[in-house]
Amino acid sequence: MIRVEALSKTYVLHTQGGIEIPVFADAEMSVDAGECVALHGPSGSGKSTLLRCLYGNCKPDGGAIRIRHGDDLVDIAAAAPRVVLDVRRRTLGYVSQFLRAIPRVPALDVVAEPLRALGLPVEAARARAGDLLARLRIPERLWTLAPATFSGGEQQRVNIARGFAANHPILLLDEPTASLDQKNREVVIELIAEAKAAGTALVGVFHDDEVREAVSTRIHLMQG
Amino acid sequence: MTTASGYNFAYLDEQTKRMIRRAILKAVAIPGYQVPFGSREMPLPYGWGTGGIQVTAAVIGPDDRLKVIDQGADDTTNAVSIRRFFARTAGVATTERTTAATVIQTRHRIPETPLTEGQILVYQVPIPEPLRWLEPRETETRRMHALADYGAMHVKLYEDIARYGRIATTYDYPVLVNDRYLMRPSPIPKFDNPKMDMSPALQLFGAGREKRIYAVPPYTKVRSLDFKDHPFAVQSWDRPCELCGATDSFLDEVVTDDRGGRMFVCSDTDHCGTRRDAAQEAAE
Amino acid sequence: MTGPLLTVAGLTRLYGARVGCRDVSFELWPGEVMGIVGESGSGKTTLLNCLSARLEPSTGHVVYDTRDDGPIDIYAMSEPRRRLLMRTDWGIVHQNPRDGLRMGVSAGANVGERLMAVGARHYGEIRAQADEWLRKVEIEPERIDDLPLTFSGGMLQRLQIARNLVTHPRLVFMDEPTGGLDVSVQARLLDLLRRLVTDLGLAAIVVTHDLAVARLLAHRLMVMRRGEVVETGLTDQVLDDPHHPYTQLLVSSVLQP
Repeated sequence: MIRVEALSKTYVLHTQGGIEIPVFADAEMSVDAGECVALHGPSGSGKSTLLRCLYGNCKPDGGAIRIRHGDDLVDIAAAAPRVVLDVRRRTLGYVSQFLRAIPRVPALDVVAEPLRALGLPVEAARARAGDLLARLRIPERLWTLAPATFSGGEQQRVNIARGFAANHPILLLDEPTASLDQKNREVVIELIAEAKAAGTALVGVFHDDEVREAVSTRIHLMQG
Repeated sequence: MTTASGYNFAYLDEQTKRMIRRAILKAVAIPGYQVPFGSREMPLPYGWGTGGIQVTAAVIGPDDRLKVIDQGADDTTNAVSIRRFFARTAGVATTERTTAATVIQTRHRIPETPLTEGQILVYQVPIPEPLRWLEPRETETRRMHALADYGAMHVKLYEDIARYGRIATTYDYPVLVNDRYLMRPSPIPKFDNPKMDMSPALQLFGAGREKRIYAVPPYTKVRSLDFKDHPFAVQSWDRPCELCGATDSFLDEVVTDDRGGRMFVCSDTDHCGTRRDAAQEAAE
Repeated sequence: MTGPLLTVAGLTRLYGARVGCRDVSFELWPGEVMGIVGESGSGKTTLLNCLSARLEPSTGHVVYDTRDDGPIDIYAMSEPRRRLLMRTDWGIVHQNPRDGLRMGVSAGANVGERLMAVGARHYGEIRAQADEWLRKVEIEPERIDDLPLTFSGGMLQRLQIARNLVTHPRLVFMDEPTGGLDVSVQARLLDLLRRLVTDLGLAAIVVTHDLAVARLLAHRLMVMRRGEVVETGLTDQVLDDPHHPYTQLLVSSVLQP
């Protein structure tokens, strides 16, 4: 589903005198359907950067990221913005560390949005969004409120629900359980297990050893 | 009446009249299009018909018979002084009879008696530009005319209906001439608009202060703007003229005393008088 | 497979020796929202005016895929045709709504004008559409006969949007659509714009100096500096991983509340 070839990334900080921060070079990785690959390594080893590169959020300096998108193979590192957006809509889900809340949009619609983008009718999309929010223990009275005012843990759970809503063939997870309590961590572990069983290819950064061991089928080690 | 000496025929010099005639010819060639012209200072104030007078001066000849009306009346100050002006400076015959006149200069009315071929109706125009209320820039209104870009003109009619439930514009009602140029008919009541359509007479419009001449040649289509569900309609009165009994003419409300007395009479004094004379003859 | 809606090639606009914008090329596809960001004087507005047929470029082409006849250079079109395009298939949202509205006529007439301009002559239908669009932009339909003079800044901007969208354009140009509005009013407007753009599948070019606005509305960004495009890409990629020194400076200069 994913094949990373000779990927390299160096940050150049022009505002600080052009300091160069090499993150990784010639990175290789491949992920199949039904796998959950955990990126592991010391902090600063580029786990998040790699994940963001896979999502097209970070532009690598060299190499390719080939993603199975329907019948095509798309190089996310080189694709035009509208192609990347189409890959994100139909193929690539992402659970980031923080929710970027949009003013005035209620939690239910935040979660339903990826489904609406796939053309699902609003009622069906909201029903699926409601199921996920319920599983993640977001009280129903919050569903119609914009998540901007929610606690960190609540926002993170809305974010997870949104990521899992559309059953994308590929799902990227950036520390999905960072600010969750035990019960909610277990729900996330369940969700990941279900996705694997359904053939989703997952790549994640898991801060929590217990979670990592519970979900990952393979560890991808990254050097600092 | 004695003719004033020391003036050229019809006051204006021949070169000026030629210049105005050229503008008129162009206006006739492009019905409804506003032709700029070098408007002269006239011996009466702007707003009193300086444009109309210059057009009349340019087209009138020694054999013409001139009628001048103001709001339909031949006997108001403005009408009387313009008639006398041409009698003195051109020595032409004048009349109050619509049927006898060859040139009729008018302010704010078209005579009730249908005009015929060979007659010229000269309108006094205060503001010639129909698009002015919505577009203050002359460059832009000219471009709108050039492109026949007139859709926004309906905004004004829309506003009328939204505010009053009907098109409340009652005079200077915008028309489309020859399916091409949008034109202001000068502040005539919309009652008179249908008379412009396919009229056998030549209609000339002169705006002195704004320095524009435009024209509707004989037998030219003149259509009043409207909406499908709010079609153009003229005013009507639920009573006849109290002097001549006409039921199909434009009526003025006349206050007769200071105790609220009032009557409705024809605004066209010639039309009203002619009908009364005819009625009297028939009675005798 | 349809092609791009707007194709811009080598577009340059000079003011004498001074550069308005230089050598701008890009394609905009149907339904795509592109943000143009950069500080004041970077050439954003010059570029927007060139793209929206309001300022002829010194060199270069702006080709629009018309509904009836396919791609045509907008500056090679006849003027009536260009005007028709601008008031049917395009929308232009000005930063100051007073520039885009007729302040002397009612809200309903402001929305209905474009319909009348393309030949609508049924008062009842025009009014029904005006009513519908006022609702869509969250203006109470009771205000339909009120003059815009009585509207707040946010309402004016929403009215301007309704006025533009009533003819179902495929491409909308926006110049700082939320500039000069209070933050809360701005949030409401942004949400509305985002929803309308998504629901109607509009393509849009949004000029803004506000990176938060760009992030919320735009799929992709073009960063301009001194009349030149210094960086382009997916919105979140440009903002989260800026490459050009100027983009890095812009991103790092944003105040976090």
